[in-house]
Amino acid sequence: MIRSELIQKLSDENPHLYQRDVERIVNAIFEEIIEAMASGNRVELRGFGAFSVKQRDARTGRNPRTGESVAVEEKHVPFFKAGKLLRDRLNGDA
Amino acid sequence: MAGKTLTRMDLSEAVFREVGLSRNESSQLVERVLDLMSDALVAGEQVKISSFGTFSVRAKTARVGRNPKTGEEVPISPRRVLTFRPSHLMKDRVAAGNRD
Repeated sequence: MIRSELIQKLSDENPHLYQRDVERIVNAIFEEIIEAMASGNRVELRGFGAFSVKQRDARTGRNPRTGESVAVEEKHVPFFKAGKLLRDRLNGDA
Repeated sequence: MAGKTLTRMDLSEAVFREVGLSRNESSQLVERVLDLMSDALVAGEQVKISSFGTFSVRAKTARVGRNPKTGEEVPISPRRVLTFRPSHLMKDRVAAGNRD
């Protein structure tokens, strides 16, 4: 399923809404999650999962082609952990 | 890092601000988005949200695990696990936003 299919399904379920509004709604949800993580916050959606930010420490990396060592700065990366309900459903337990 | 935790309520609030729907309907729409995504994943589909990221389901075969406390061997049954691969845009924005 891709973003446009998600919008289409939600649109079909809500015939009283303009499709362009459904599009704005879906976009607002994903945008809010990105913004939260960009501000260092976490988003916990019980049953579905949680989005958080993990810190990767600075390290000395290596250019795999030349073997040269390069300093890699500390950075923050997005992380998602599936919620228990979704994990269980994936394995047919719910 | 600010370290706040947002919930469904904050997502509903974002929807409420974006379009002129009631708070109640906004929260129902958030729920439906999560349900539609979950259903697709449970059906084994990949969920690909451009400029956000991709959720995919991977099958893992059975293996022998070990209870780290007792050292006892325990069989781990085959299972499906969910992985999320953030888009470049998400990675860039999260990295930029958390740089000090």
